[in-house]
Order: sequence, then structure tokens, then C-alpha cells
Amino acid sequence: MIHGLASTLAEKIIARASGRGQVRPGETLVCRVDLAMIHDSGGPRRVAPKLAQIGAQVWDAERVVVVSDHFTPAADAESARILKLTRDWVRETGAAHFYDMQGICHVVLPEHGHLWPGMFAAGGDSHSTTGGAFGCFMAGYGATDMAGVLASGEVWITTPETLQLWIGGALAPGVSAKDLMLHLCASLGTDHNGQVIEYAGPALAEMSISERMVLTNMAAELGADTALIAPDARTMAALRATGREPPEALRGTDAQIFARWRSDADAPAARAEVDAGALAPQVAAPHSPANSDAVGACAGAAIHQAYIGACVGAKLDDLHMAAAVLRGRRVARDCRLLIAPASARTTSQAAADGTLATLTQAGAILLPSGCGACAGLGAGLLADGEICISTTNRNFRGRMGSPNAEVYLASPYTVAASAVAGCIADPRPLLAERGVARPVAGAA
Amino acid sequence: MRVSGRAWVFGDSIDTDVLMPGAYMKLPAAERARHCLESIAPDFAASVQRGDVVVGGANFGMGSSREQAAEALLTLGVGAVLARSFARIFQRNCLNLGLPALVCEDAGEIVQSAQLEVDVAEGWVRVQGGARWPCRPLPDFLVRMVQSGGLIPHLQQAQRARNVAQENA
Repeated sequence: MIHGLASTLAEKIIARASGRGQVRPGETLVCRVDLAMIHDSGGPRRVAPKLAQIGAQVWDAERVVVVSDHFTPAADAESARILKLTRDWVRETGAAHFYDMQGICHVVLPEHGHLWPGMFAAGGDSHSTTGGAFGCFMAGYGATDMAGVLASGEVWITTPETLQLWIGGALAPGVSAKDLMLHLCASLGTDHNGQVIEYAGPALAEMSISERMVLTNMAAELGADTALIAPDARTMAALRATGREPPEALRGTDAQIFARWRSDADAPAARAEVDAGALAPQVAAPHSPANSDAVGACAGAAIHQAYIGACVGAKLDDLHMAAAVLRGRRVARDCRLLIAPASARTTSQAAADGTLATLTQAGAILLPSGCGACAGLGAGLLADGEICISTTNRNFRGRMGSPNAEVYLASPYTVAASAVAGCIADPRPLLAERGVARPVAGAA
Repeated sequence: MRVSGRAWVFGDSIDTDVLMPGAYMKLPAAERARHCLESIAPDFAASVQRGDVVVGGANFGMGSSREQAAEALLTLGVGAVLARSFARIFQRNCLNLGLPALVCEDAGEIVQSAQLEVDVAEGWVRVQGGARWPCRPLPDFLVRMVQSGGLIPHLQQAQRARNVAQENA
């Protein structure tokens, strides 16, 4: 590095984006944005009036990605109006990349090769942290911030301190990245404002891209500014397979990218460790992801609904986990299992490999792709007194329908096992009956 | 920039779904705001007065990026938000909308309905006839941004300057 001082991955990305040789935690500075993502809820309907107020146009239409995922498909006239407004805005501004009802933004962005190591991206959604799984510094912002980004191509940030989280050991069968994140919400707490979490370690190296996205997605629940995972061969294979090229300034061979976008070994950072091998399936009780404990603590608790959905919990790997439990079994009579695949591509891949048939034969009801019930918007909301176990990332009071409903959070394995049992259940006995050791596919 | 009003005291980890439930996202701003904090403080939206100060514990505003959470407080007339700590996006949203949001490590000392005075630029809060506690000062440019009404007026000024520069070029 310039000055010969060690930097973390986050500091290297922010230094490039801010045109500095080096940056230090706590420095507030202005960064150039490589990519801006907005969605139908916080996007055009809220930023267009603000851009008009400023008197500015979109700074660079090629760098703007718009995803309609919150109000999709329109369930009422107002949702339809919002979706139409979004389409009209894309046409008028010439925003270059538009995904209309193709799935949830955090899954659609990497599916289509928009995120690359070293990028500084701004996302108009709190789970934009997901982009960190691709070595991209992507934090979440509100609508006024995004209007500022769209007008100027710039945003101010305070350089976060890096918390390097070493994930040792290996996840046991029936235990997933989701369980790890629920455990971390309880053990590390949800107040990591001012920190960027950089995951590393042997358990991480073994994880599929989909599982890594769970770690960066739920950094939002840890309250971190965002999260990062340094790119490796698996990252680059997934990105190269999208057929899209990185931004010109960030191109290079895999080896060049690995050398450029990693933390220096002696960079100052906070450090923490977790042993993945010691972990049992976790469940977060209402109304906070921090209320997590091993599944045994609430096993047997009654449920009315099991929900497999959201950016964090309905990717192809997640559907494979559910299918591993549900194959040849039936959803309990007094329980409903709703599944909203995270993207249109997820649905088509799950149809092609037989996963959807396994799920529907078990009695699962398929819902459209989108934020859906997780954001309190789509199908699958809860009535007063109803209890749901869900693969989503937040169980705040009132988020999924009635403020008098209760939501438990868990992995796709545990949600599927609970749907079969009709109450909260440990998935490991069901998986062991099948001799399923590690049923999760390795693909992104 | 000073704000005076009564304190509305809340606990730790008040999340954005409590501040502004997703189910009301399609309503106009004024109607939406009536549901602000309803699941934990049903009388808040109807009783809060212009200039009142919302006082939170740790991690106030955790959760979603939805700006409507901050906007609802502003719409109801809240003059400032103090907390032991904030969720990053929520604090940015407040400041961007011109609503002062200051970290006050002693926020836990403030009692419900206390009459407060807050100085945003100097960074302190005082209870009428009583104690005064420091708040973490905002960087100067953020104080100016909040004083000018938030990020949009701030960018308007920058855009006007750019337009003038272009005309003169």
C-alpha cells in the first residue's frame, strides 16, 4: 500500500472510491459510487420527487440498477400504480438495468453479474450488505441518500472499523449459515454500528456462494455498516459464469483480483472467533433475531405457518435444504408451508432439477418471487395470535402482518422439519433417517 | 439550532417495524405517521407535540432502510431524537430529512415527559431546571445540512452553484 501501511479490505475499497492513498476508521469522506441499486419501494416513487426538487438528472444511467421486488406482483391497485411508476421512471431516465418481477434485488444483482470485488456500491435497502459476499463494499441507504447518490454519483460515509470474524471448524450436517448468523445475533449482539464485518476461516472457505450471502445479508441484523468476504476461486467462478464483465477499472485475472482485494495480514482490526463445529440448529424466538438459542430450547412450540422466503432464505441452496427434509414426507395437517423462491431464476432452476416437485408433493404452496410476507407486503401475512416459523431475517413485532402475531426465525432445514412436525422441530433426526450427510449443493 | 419539548422515552432496540410497520407503506405520509410506534405506545402519534424529543436506548431505529420511519417522526412534529446509540441507516435518514439525531450516552437518565432543551450544534441536552448532558457532536457539514433542512436543500444549493458555473463557462 501507499505509505507502506497495512489496510483492511474495506479500507482499500473506500480508499479507491474516495481517491485517497489510504483511509483510517472514523474518517468521514465522500466516495464515488460504482453502482447504485434502488427498488420499487424506496426507489422511483420516493427518489423521483427528490431529484426534481434538486433539479438534477441521474448522474450515470449505466451504473443504475432498478429492481421491482417489494410490491410484486401487484396485489391491489396501489401496488400496481407503484410498479407502473417504477417502469415509467426507468424508461424516462434510461436507467440501464431493470429487473421487473425477476426476484429479490439482493439475489438478482449477483445472479446477473452486477457486483464485483473492489466495487463501492450503494443500495437502497438495508440488506444491501449481501453484496459483500462478492468482495464488494455495499451498504444500505434510505431514499434521500439514494436521491443524493443518483444526483451526484457520490455519498459520504464514515470509514468503519473492521471486525474480522474467524469461522473455525466445519458446520455439522443439518446446520447452515443461517444457524451461524442467528447464533451470532445472540452472542455478538445487534449493535455493531460503525463496524464492517469481514468473515474468514475454514468453515467459510467450504461454504457455497449462497451460504456466504446469508452471512453478509444478516450482517444487517448484527447492526454492522456492512460485511465483506475476500474473493476466492469459488467467488470468481460464480461471477465469471454470469457472462458480465466487471467495471473496467476492476478487471484483471483471478490472481490479480485475489492479490488486490484482501486485507493485509497486519492490518489493524478488531477480531472475534466462532467455532462452526460446535453449533446446533438455532431458532430465534419473537421478536428479535438476538433471541436465538439452540432449537431444543423451543422444540415442540406450536406453529400455524412455515414460511420459506426472502433474500436470505429462499435461494436455490435453501430450497435444496428444504427438499432434503421434505422428500417423501407431508406437511402436518394443521400447518401450512408457503414457499416464495428468491428469484425467477431460482424457480426455473428448482423446476429443472426436480426440487419444486419435491416441495409441492410434500404439500408446500408456491408463492411468487419477491419480498412478500417478509416485508409485510405480499401473500402469507399472519392474523392476530398466529405463529410462524420462517427462513427470513427479521422477526420484529408487526413485520409479517398482525402486531399480535409471532415469528420464529430458523434455517430452511428447521422450517421444513417444523412444517412436517406441525411444531418447532430439530431437522437432524429427519435428515439422519435418510443418511443425508451434507445435502446442500455447492453451486451458487 | 435549539429544540425544546417534552421527552418521549423508549427502551433499547426500537426497530423500524415498530416505528413504521410495513403494512402502512402504501398510505400517504400523514396517514402513515398516525401508526408510528403504535404497537408499543398507542397514544404517541395522537399526543406528541411539535418540538417534542424522542429519547431511545441502544440501537434506536434498527432494521430496515425505510426512510418512512424517520419521516413519520418528522411528520408528527418531533424536534429531535436522542439515543444511547443509533442504527446507522436510521440516523442517516433522520439527518438527511433535517431531523436532528444525536447520540447521548446519558439518554438513560432522561425520564418520560421531562421538559428538554437540545442544542444540536453544540451537542448537549438539558432538563428544564436540572441536569445537562453532552451529546456526541456531529461533523460540521452534517450540522449545516440539518440546519438547512436536510440533504435535498443541501444538494439544491450545490446544483445551483453548478448551474451558475456552467452558465459562466
